[in-house]
Amino acid sequence: MVLQTKEVVQQFGGLTAVNRVSMQIEDGQIVGLIGPNGAGKTTFFNVITGVNTPTAGSVHFMGEEITGIPAHEIVARGIARTFQNIRLFKNMTAQENVIAGMHTESQANLIDAIFRTKRHRTETLACEQKADELLELVGLYAYRYELATRLPYGHQRRLEIARALASSPKLLLLDEPAAGMNEQETADLLEFIRRLRGMGYTILLIEHDMKLVMSICENIYVLDHGELIAQGAPEEIQSNPRVIEAYLGKEG
Amino acid sequence: MNSIYQALAKRQGLVQILLLAAAAVFPLLVSNPYVIRLSILSGIFIILSLSLNLLTGFSGQISLGHIAFYGIGAYTAAILSKNFGLNFLLCMVAAIVVTALFGLLLGLPALKLGGYYLAIVTLGFSEIVRLVEINWMELTNGPLGINGIPKPALFGIKLSSPRAYYYMCLLLVVLTIVVIRNILESRIGYALGTIRGDENAAKFMGVNIFRYKIMAFMVSAGIAGLAGAFFAQYVTFIDPTSFASDQSTLVLIMVIFGGIGSLPGSVIGAVVLTLVPELLRSLMEYRMLIYGVVLVFMMLVRPEGLLGKINFKHIRQRCTAEPPDGKEGS
Repeated sequence: MVLQTKEVVQQFGGLTAVNRVSMQIEDGQIVGLIGPNGAGKTTFFNVITGVNTPTAGSVHFMGEEITGIPAHEIVARGIARTFQNIRLFKNMTAQENVIAGMHTESQANLIDAIFRTKRHRTETLACEQKADELLELVGLYAYRYELATRLPYGHQRRLEIARALASSPKLLLLDEPAAGMNEQETADLLEFIRRLRGMGYTILLIEHDMKLVMSICENIYVLDHGELIAQGAPEEIQSNPRVIEAYLGKEG
Repeated sequence: MNSIYQALAKRQGLVQILLLAAAAVFPLLVSNPYVIRLSILSGIFIILSLSLNLLTGFSGQISLGHIAFYGIGAYTAAILSKNFGLNFLLCMVAAIVVTALFGLLLGLPALKLGGYYLAIVTLGFSEIVRLVEINWMELTNGPLGINGIPKPALFGIKLSSPRAYYYMCLLLVVLTIVVIRNILESRIGYALGTIRGDENAAKFMGVNIFRYKIMAFMVSAGIAGLAGAFFAQYVTFIDPTSFASDQSTLVLIMVIFGGIGSLPGSVIGAVVLTLVPELLRSLMEYRMLIYGVVLVFMMLVRPEGLLGKINFKHIRQRCTAEPPDGKEGS
């Protein structure tokens, strides 16, 4: 099992944003997390990635407990994420953005940097090469020297994924990867996520685009008002009355 | 303008060698002690602006109290060499270590504060340092300052001619440039860049924000302390007026004038803003007015500074790579 959360609760003052959510993700799965706006999906992501320490409950990754560990250490353990609103580094080129994501992949310290030791030089070359490979993978190699902010929107989303992959994660968290994309771009993304699974990544994604979620995820969790209201295969979710109610409101 | 930048970027190595050669030959051609003195002063301000740019420009930590580190370095070197007869090289190393420790101290609040709040804390820090310099008579001799600081000597040879000081200063400038450039081009530079760009995203790159902010403060402070140590041994007399907060502002103006986040910009900013008030000296009381007008004009025409947002590495990469999909490279 890659990720397991047990009865995770996250309260902000009097508000319970996530209420006793348990989730299990097996190796190589693509799991979807859906729910209406404000259901607590991003908060749940924040708990897994170490932004917030949950009020109660635990998070286990690859058999080890990671509850309450700082975000940068969780990245080092193998969880990477993208953001709902793109958060690329504006002053950096596409290639530099990906290299920035490789922080946990190299070890050079201040002394290595100042004296340009062998370790520094070897790592720098390796990082550049790996960055170019990742840019090739997401189809942005030709744009590697462009400033990230100059890329079209769809490219920026893909660059964010490449940057997340740079830390060689086991689990990839995608927060609304198709947001703002047109149909063609969404279809390309779908293809791309399938390829990632083929490469051995395990993926958890938040998404509003139902077509994408239903066609790609093996297992779907539905949140509403912080609570898990359903879980199962796409067909089960589509016909689940509680899910329909959460999205469309009660009948009559 | 773009083609000039491209030409410079492509021949970066050559430009650097030519500039260095010019700087090395300069004191052999010019013997006017006033000019040499101004060059040395420019050199000190180059080191200060570069170190502040590392902190503010490349790591996004605004500091309005940078001169405090300069002062701490100067006093450390002055006291150690005068009272303990320490060799000037050891004084410089000690100044770096002591100021780096103060950098650590100032870096701690920076972990919780950002932007304007941090700026206020750094301003307060520099005022505290200045007050200590004025009031701790036993250590600093207060407002009277410390005079008769021994001049540097190596193996019994005094290095106190203007030319010797000039070359020592040039060496320190080159050293500072190399050290800061090497840091910025390493994974540490990338880590600092992520903190500057977006602190919330930085931690998801696996960057330990605590560690790198402290590192930026320590390295930046240490380099400013080195400049202070050199200054003390150059002028042989220091008092608290050299380290007042208007000097911090001056260094910050140099960084902004040259371009936040540009190393060549800091060098140009420091040289221009050291020389301009001197060149205008004949205009007497109007010179600060003109100086101010120049700065305001500059900020109106190029708010990002002379070389702000001009990244020679990016320009060079784009020149050499084929443009994407046959489109125009930009």
